[in-house]
This record gives sequence, structure tokens and C-alpha cells, in this order.
Amino acid sequence: MEKETVIKVEHLAKSFGSFQAVKDVSFTVSRGDVFGFLGPNGAGKSTTIRCLLSLIKPNAGKIELFGKSYTNNRSEILSKIGSIIEKPDFYKYLSAQKNLEIFARISGASVSKSQIGEMLEFVGLTGRGGDKIGGFSHGMKQRLGIAQTLLHQPDLIILDEPTTGLDPQGIVEIRNLILRLKNEQNKTILLSSHQLSEIELIANRMVIINKGKSIVEGEVQDLLNAQELVVHLEVDAVEKAKQVISTHFSNAQFVGETSTELEVAIEKNQVPNLNKALIENGVMVFALEPKRKLEDFFMKIVQS
Amino acid sequence: MLLKNTYNEFVKILAKPRSYLGIGALTLLIGVILFAMKADGGSFISFVTASFEQTLSFNGNILNGNLIGFIILQMLIIHIPLLVALVTGDLISGEAAMGTVRMLASKPISRTNIVLSKFIAGAVYTLILTLWLGFLALIVAKWIFGTGDLIVLNSDGLVILQEQDIMWRYGLAFMVAFLSLLTISSLSICLSAFADNSIGPIVSTMAIIILFTIIGSLDVSVFDTIKPYLFTTHMASWRSFFEDPIPMSKIIQSVVILLVHNVILVVIAIVKFNKKDITS
Repeated sequence: MEKETVIKVEHLAKSFGSFQAVKDVSFTVSRGDVFGFLGPNGAGKSTTIRCLLSLIKPNAGKIELFGKSYTNNRSEILSKIGSIIEKPDFYKYLSAQKNLEIFARISGASVSKSQIGEMLEFVGLTGRGGDKIGGFSHGMKQRLGIAQTLLHQPDLIILDEPTTGLDPQGIVEIRNLILRLKNEQNKTILLSSHQLSEIELIANRMVIINKGKSIVEGEVQDLLNAQELVVHLEVDAVEKAKQVISTHFSNAQFVGETSTELEVAIEKNQVPNLNKALIENGVMVFALEPKRKLEDFFMKIVQS
Repeated sequence: MLLKNTYNEFVKILAKPRSYLGIGALTLLIGVILFAMKADGGSFISFVTASFEQTLSFNGNILNGNLIGFIILQMLIIHIPLLVALVTGDLISGEAAMGTVRMLASKPISRTNIVLSKFIAGAVYTLILTLWLGFLALIVAKWIFGTGDLIVLNSDGLVILQEQDIMWRYGLAFMVAFLSLLTISSLSICLSAFADNSIGPIVSTMAIIILFTIIGSLDVSVFDTIKPYLFTTHMASWRSFFEDPIPMSKIIQSVVILLVHNVILVVIAIVKFNKKDITS
């Protein structure tokens, strides 16, 4: 059975004056997906997400959420979405509990105080509900932000760079929270990030955008596995290594070399034999680092 | 949803320290005036009555609560706009500055309702400030200085109002004073819809009041056509209730102009906020 489409974006474009933040972004998110929205800083991720949440009006393109456009359906659509856009900001002069009460009141659902307490417990802020936000760390605010997104039991959760600015422990905590949402509550999640590793760990589908355009979209594992590996080798004799590889692996392609380094495109299951063949033929291997083309491709985008 | 968000706005206003700054400042200012009047009010009164002493004889408690209330209202109606703008000028732009506008505008509440709820909350805050002013200027002043007839000096001369003829005038005067301050509230909220920082709308509101007041006081014919339409021209209309007879048509005209200002400012704020790309 075909899964219901929750988000459908077609040829989205948005300019601010002469600056075109989003040029042509298209992607589709189905129910139950944890969808990675990947792109380097400045790629247009946040602008696209703001368009998805009706914070920004696009200049061109089409957005459909739950099969409906924002025209005449804004309240209905937004009542099914929970979101954190960039960093979650709260009223600093109010307590965590009061902040959640404020957002619950306008969430379109009836949320009791006990439900707010449960949500604080879910994000690991038990006993901190009475504390003012002014004293919260960035990580605590992020967790409170996630609690805020879940208050009204939304069908779709949009998280824009939820781990930005967090320390390693905070990143793990937020990642685990997202995984719990995926595993325990089967939510549809759109997760934007500039880190492929983060998307790889959490998402099942993704789109990569760069300079305001969507580049590639598909299943994360398909995109990662379908790609040939490029093995980066550091050896004592590059020419000898090339001879050994050409002899043993007819499908291998040399994609780059220096006096001590060699890059070879090869299938993933051939990597152990590659190492074995080089050593058996007297080539000293100082380093062997498999890189997927997607990762390489994404890194090139980021570096550019 | 409008009512729920209006309740939210009250919660926010009540929790903000700056909301109490206005109440505190008002209490302090009126306290200083009451103290000054108690300490040396006699010489203040004789300075006013001296020019009439050849033709009139003043008997009884002239320096009473009714007169003190009138003096306080006259003195402070110029300064209270700042206290109103301090809170209302922050209502929309403060959300942008804090970043909460993103969360607010991505909830299933229309932007029109967001703006309207802020106007309602701003109006209630202004009403509370006006009532507090009335309490201190009249009730406390009467408690300290006692009651009596009210002597008002205006451009036509001296008006003496009987004690029993005063309170209803104050009631109506405070209503018009509230409408004047509500216009300030609407102006600052409207400017707040254009800004992403807290201080800009507050300063802009005061700058507009100063500019319009200067234009209104300049006796230059080039401004004569616009003077009747400036809200600052009508902010002192409450004083007309202490004339005899009361110029009702003049007051009604002022009320209509102030109401029109409020409606226009609300509509501008709604249109601007609805069209605004929220990028903060």
C-alpha cells in the first residue's frame, strides 16, 4: 500500500530583495518517514522550512501538507505540526511550565497540566518545570523545544538543525529523543541538518540541497550503498600499488593520486581483498580510508 | 483562539518587570506632586488666584482633592504616553527580538488574531494605568486634601464648579483620557509590527508625539489644515469636561478622530504583520 504523502514541495523559490535564498527545491515526505533535509550552511534549508510553516511566503512553487495547501487550510495544517525553527526561543521571564502552557493554549488541542508534566518528563526535565527559562542551558532549551513540539500530539514534527550549538553529550541526548519519537510514537519527522553523519544515523529518506536547489533525493541507505566507494590509500610505492590493483581488480578506477597517496573507486566488498593484495605483493599500506561518493560529494558541496 | 491568546498576552504582561515600571513611576510621580502640594500648595494656589483677588474673594478649601486631581491629570497626561509605550511598543517587536515570534506564528492561530490579542491586552494595560492614575489623583488626593469646589483656570477665564457637579465630569474626562492613551497604545503596537527590536517602536512613538505636539503648537498657517487631524491635538480634550457649558460637539469630534486613529492603526498593524516574512 502506498504511504500517505505528508509534505509535497514542488519547485519552491524565495527571494529576499536581489538575494535568491531558494531557487528550485522539490521533495516529498511520506507518513512515518524520518526525512533528512541535508545541506551546507546557507543552502536554503531554514528558508524552505519557514515556507513550510507559513512564516515566509514563497515567490514561486507549490507546498502541500497533508494533501492541502495553506490557502484556506492554514489553521488545520498547523494544528498537525510541531516545530523547532533553528534554536527554540522561549519567554525568559516565565517558567518552563508557563511557557509550555502558553504554547499549548494556542496549539489547537486541549492540553492538561498533567500532560505538560508528562512531556517535561519525556524530555528529561522532570522537576524543572517551575524554573525560569533564563537559567536554562542551550541543551535544556532544545529539550524543552522538543516538549513544546509534542504537546498537541502532532502528526508531523519539523526540527531545523536541532543539534546546532550543543556539546557532544547534548547532541547524543537530542538524537536519542528523536529516535524515541521515531520508534515509540512513529511520528513523521523532517530533520534538517548540515551533517550527513547525523542524517545517516536517524533518517530513512533524505534530500540534499545546495545553493537553493535540491540535488538528490531518496532512501538514505540506497543513496549510501548504491554509491561506489572511493578508497583513499597512503602507500610507500604508488606505481607498484597501481599495478597490483589493476592486476587483481579489473573494475577498479583510479580517481586521483599524489606521490604517496592514491584514490581508487571500488566496490565495498572488495576493500578487504584490496588491502590483502597490496600487502601480499609487498606494498606497505600506511592508511586505508574508504569514502562513499555521496559523502565525498556532500563534502565537496560543503567545502565549496 | 483570540481569547486564548489574549489570556496568554495578559500572562506575559503580568510577568514582565517593565509592566510594573509604569505603575511604579506613576505612583512615584503622583506621590511627589502630592507631597509638594501638601508642603507648599498654598503658595502655588495664591500664585494663580492673586490676579483675581481684586475682583473675587476666595473662601473655603480651595486646595482640595478635586483641584489636586485636575492638576495631576494635566501634568501627567503628557508623560503617561511614555509609560504606555514602554509596554505596548514591545508587544510585537519584543517577540521578534526574543525569537518567540517564530513559534507563535507557526501555531494554528491567524496572524490577525495574534495582532488583535495584543491590541486587547495593550488596551487593558492602558485602562489599568488610567484607573491607577484616577485612584491616586482623585481618591488618594481627596483622602489627603479633603473635598470642595473645583476652580479651573482656562483660556476663557476662571470656572468654578460645585462639589456635587464634579465627579461625573471626572468620569467622562477619564474615559476620554483613556481613549487618548489607547491611541498611543495602538500607535506603538502598530510601529511594533514594523520592527524587530524592542526599543525602536518605543522611541518612534515618543518621537511622533513630540513632532505632532510641536506641529500643533506652532502658529504657522501651513500646518493649519493638518492640525485638526493630529491625534495629539485631541489628547487634551478631557479638559473640556471642566468647562461650563461643556462643548460637547468639540469633544465628540475629538472622540471620533481618536477612534478613527485607533481603527486605522489596528488595520495597518494587521496588514503589515500578515504580509511580514518572519525571518528573525
